[in-house]
Amino acid sequence: MTDDLDQMREQMLAAVAASPGLDALDVVRVDALGKQGRITQLLKTLGAMSPDQRQVEGPRIQGLREAVAAAIAARKDALEAAALNARLATETLDMTLPVDAAPAGTIHPVSQVMDELSEIFADLGFAVATGPEMETDWHNFSALNIPDTHPARAMHDTFYLQQGVDAKAAGTADERTTVSLLRTHTSPVQIRTMLANKPPIRIIAPGRTYRSDSDATHTPMFHQVEGLVIDRGITLGHLKWTLETFLKAFFERDDIVLRLRPSYFPFTEPSAEVDVGYTWTKGKRVIGGDPDKMRGDGPNGGWMEVLGSGMVHPKVIAACGLDPAEWQGFAFGCGIDRLAMLKYGIDDLRAFFDGDIRWLKHYGFSALDVPTLSGGIGAAA
Amino acid sequence: MKFTLSWLRDHLDTEADLDTILRTLTRVGLEVEGVADPGEALAPFTVARVLSAERHPQADKLQVLQVDAGNGPLQVVCGAPNARAGLVGVFGAPGTYVPGADITLKVAAIRGVESNGMMCSARELQIGEGHDGIIELPEDAPVGESYASYAGLTDPVIDVSITPNRQDCMGVRGIARDLAAAGLGTLKPLAAEPVAASGAGPAVRTDTPGCPALFAQNVSGVTNGDSPEWMRRRLTAIGQKPISTLVDITNYLMIDLGRPLHVYDRATLAGPLVARAATEGEEVLALNGKTYRLSAGMTVIADDAAVHDIGGIMGGEHSGVTPATTDVLIECAYFDPDGIARTGQALALTSDARQRFERGVDPAFLDDGLAIATRLVVDLCGGTPSEVTRAGSPPVEPRVISYDPDLCRTLGGLAVPAARQARILLSLGFSVGAIDHADAYSDALFSQIEGRWPVRVPTWRRDVDGPADLVEEVIRIEGIDRVAAVPLPRVPGVARPTATPEQKLERRVRRAAAARGLDEAVTWSFVSARDAAPFGGGAWSLANPISEELKVMRPSLLPGLLSATHRNLARGQGGVRLFEIGRRYLADGERPTLGLVLAGDRRPRGWREGKAAGFDAYDAKAEALALLAAAGAPVDNLQVMPVPSEAEGGEAGEAWHPGRSGTLRLGPKTILARFGMLHPSLLKAFDLDGPIAAVELYLDALPAKRGSGLARAPYAPPALQPVRRDFAFIVPTGLAADALVRAVRGADKVNIVAARVFDLFEREDERSMAVEIVLQPSEKSYTDADLKAVADKVVAAAAKLGATLRG
Repeated sequence: MTDDLDQMREQMLAAVAASPGLDALDVVRVDALGKQGRITQLLKTLGAMSPDQRQVEGPRIQGLREAVAAAIAARKDALEAAALNARLATETLDMTLPVDAAPAGTIHPVSQVMDELSEIFADLGFAVATGPEMETDWHNFSALNIPDTHPARAMHDTFYLQQGVDAKAAGTADERTTVSLLRTHTSPVQIRTMLANKPPIRIIAPGRTYRSDSDATHTPMFHQVEGLVIDRGITLGHLKWTLETFLKAFFERDDIVLRLRPSYFPFTEPSAEVDVGYTWTKGKRVIGGDPDKMRGDGPNGGWMEVLGSGMVHPKVIAACGLDPAEWQGFAFGCGIDRLAMLKYGIDDLRAFFDGDIRWLKHYGFSALDVPTLSGGIGAAA
Repeated sequence: MKFTLSWLRDHLDTEADLDTILRTLTRVGLEVEGVADPGEALAPFTVARVLSAERHPQADKLQVLQVDAGNGPLQVVCGAPNARAGLVGVFGAPGTYVPGADITLKVAAIRGVESNGMMCSARELQIGEGHDGIIELPEDAPVGESYASYAGLTDPVIDVSITPNRQDCMGVRGIARDLAAAGLGTLKPLAAEPVAASGAGPAVRTDTPGCPALFAQNVSGVTNGDSPEWMRRRLTAIGQKPISTLVDITNYLMIDLGRPLHVYDRATLAGPLVARAATEGEEVLALNGKTYRLSAGMTVIADDAAVHDIGGIMGGEHSGVTPATTDVLIECAYFDPDGIARTGQALALTSDARQRFERGVDPAFLDDGLAIATRLVVDLCGGTPSEVTRAGSPPVEPRVISYDPDLCRTLGGLAVPAARQARILLSLGFSVGAIDHADAYSDALFSQIEGRWPVRVPTWRRDVDGPADLVEEVIRIEGIDRVAAVPLPRVPGVARPTATPEQKLERRVRRAAAARGLDEAVTWSFVSARDAAPFGGGAWSLANPISEELKVMRPSLLPGLLSATHRNLARGQGGVRLFEIGRRYLADGERPTLGLVLAGDRRPRGWREGKAAGFDAYDAKAEALALLAAAGAPVDNLQVMPVPSEAEGGEAGEAWHPGRSGTLRLGPKTILARFGMLHPSLLKAFDLDGPIAAVELYLDALPAKRGSGLARAPYAPPALQPVRRDFAFIVPTGLAADALVRAVRGADKVNIVAARVFDLFEREDERSMAVEIVLQPSEKSYTDADLKAVADKVVAAAAKLGATLRG
């Protein structure tokens, strides 16, 4: 009996191991463990045995059944794996073939920089204000202390609207309400803001501006951002800090050096033009750096004008119906296109307005490059 | 404003070197635009003597010279007719760059004779026009020495940008005064002692408020030759062409003192000289050779016969001085600045005089200006001056500002000691209290001023009229760089959004568009009238456009984008997806708008999809809906309707394909977007091969989102699975898919949560649409009877539109 079982085990395990496929393995399974299978038959003999004999033979037959069942299961897994592998071996693709990328759009540098400015100034408590691009004489000039005959008006190469010219000719023009020109700067938004809001005021006003000027470095349309703070006790010192903080945050450098130069704008007093120092590093112009290198526009660095600023002229404050004895503040204006060029290394202003897709793809920004304080204001190349 | 360093030193007694002067100019607000040292280019040229001159053996017009430039004889071939033995001239050695000829000299054989350098003409050195021969210097010029230092051409020329408020710095003296105030030395006194006069002054008068004061003086018996070397050199250095002594004197004093003058040849005048208002249409031939037609109200200087001067702007050709002039009238006038500005603008005539008069010259300087001019004339041209005639009087109105010196700190952010402030103001010509001159200052006098200071503004500072101006004066001299940065106090409370809802909307739509593969362009706000026409034409046009192409404020963003599309396709771009967010300019205002153009390949040809495909109207619809969704518009509630015709209040012109475009509306009237294919005739006008799809999205028409706070409406996903059922309908031709879907969707508003067309079959006489509906059971699963009931309702609803279930 013992010999028989051992022999049966060996024979069955051999048959399992020799099964070439799942079908053959099933034949072996039926032969051993099927209803009429040999091990099944052996198990049926247990009932006729004496308890003593059953105690001896029972575990042996069960042992045989388990061993064979385990071998069959193992062989089945192996055969299935082999079959899968064989199938997979035939399923090949040239994974180097190109796929169609979803078209990637871009954000224009001007929009990106406007978003950056909004973010930087939001942190300083400045809201974003807007105003019309087609303006009245009063908002663009007179309220800003630029009277009709002021030489500063000639500096502004203004685009006049035919409707305004006609209204003047017909004598129906009202300086305050007749839309007569394209705003030459974002400063009229100062006026509109002061007229519509009570101080304290902190705003920036980015937007399109227009001057009749067209050459390699001037376009008839360009972008400016205006800043305005009106409060009690605001001084030139606050202006200086704000501009420093803004430019440091914008260029993401601590070594930004500003040079304020006394200047003249009819709507500020005192007025200052602001230069930012640059240095040459490996043949590239870099905003910021060692102040010693900026001295005297030499081969190591120099200064470039980035904005105009000053303390809001008392006449401007009064024109907006506020008491200049109580309220004072500062204003500044800065070219957005120029900021974008300086920060992102763009050298051709005219290309901003051409819509050349190659240029937009190169200098534009991903939709995901949303400027945030935590993630960084600028977007790396 | 250009001047030379030596010229500045005529007015400023200073030890400061050029570099310090330049830095200080910029620091006090007189921005240095450039500095040129003419001596630099001339440095290699030396004074040389021609030892001998012989005819060139091979050329009639050339000579072979032996030249001594300090180191013995050199052989030089020269073509100048005046080259001769004994002449002392200017020599450039081999290796020297000759600026006027743009060549670098080298040893070369000229017609077979070696030449070792060049004897130069004035033009070759860019120091004059002379090119008839080489420069001839006096006999005693030092041979071998630098020509530039011998000739005094080492005077650096400084170019300063003068802001419009600083008329006083349109003269060298004003600049010197600022520098002195800034601590760079002392302002030299100005000698203005009149020359002893004899005889009555000229007959002049003023009849117009445009010229409140007209002072004049005759000088008889003058000789008007070339002005002296020093004067010509300075004028040439700053780019003024010397003409004759009398003209040069007026030009010189205009630069020197910022005081324009005019000199008339008395022989050309008939009767008294009168400042009067011009009569309409009066003409004058100005010194620039052009004839100007004047309007009433402009100010002219005229005699009985003719107009001789566009007052304060430009003199007349007829009465100008010539070399033959012997008797002159010198005019020193004050013109109303506003009048000058208006006349100058109207005539589009700029001049150095206008620049100064319209900014307002010193009204208290007429007598001194005239005295200085007359002295120069007498000194340089001889002659005898008459008495001065003073017609009218200049508006010298003392302006006193009540100044609290603490304003310097509270406005300027710089605490400057009161005494220091007083001294700065005094040095700039202001008087403080009883102290009316910088030299009169003493601490004792100063301490007597109590409270606010009465500060009197000098007559030459028309721009200063309030305390803030005084703060600027103090700070720019003290140094604006000394103002310390002071942090702006943080706004108390929690940070709130600083962007308005409109701005947030723009940002969302912009980034959504870029995320969908569109490139953002920025195009001009103005287009040509031709390009605006198909979009209803421009309501606004420029009176002074740069060109016809940039004349009309755009009524739509599409013309600019189509032009950009044309350029891109012409450059070989396969697919164009451009958008822009900006304003369109309508008769009643500026409206924020998004424009979008899809052109060329939607996708390139590929190994998976085969041939390239273009864009169609549904691509445009998809973009419109996606961007409206990003903007928060209720996309599911929008109606698709045709683009309105002109009769229905739409715009004139043919912009959109009549059958392949539509509008998305919120209610029947509010159009949120137009989309579809553009009209072929529009594309032709832009030289584009179609088809091109486009969208215009009217950001201003979007309903404002109601402020519903941050919390969302409560929601729990349903536990039961949705059930889908398909219906195939045969529909009448002309039934819009949208109408069918709405009907089906509305058949059972409780159970049907979605419906959409998923298949479409069209044959000549038959159109069938397959619609899928989604049913959402709420508390218990649907029974067959439930589903049948819904299906019956769907079929009944469709039947009302003439749609029948396909058998």
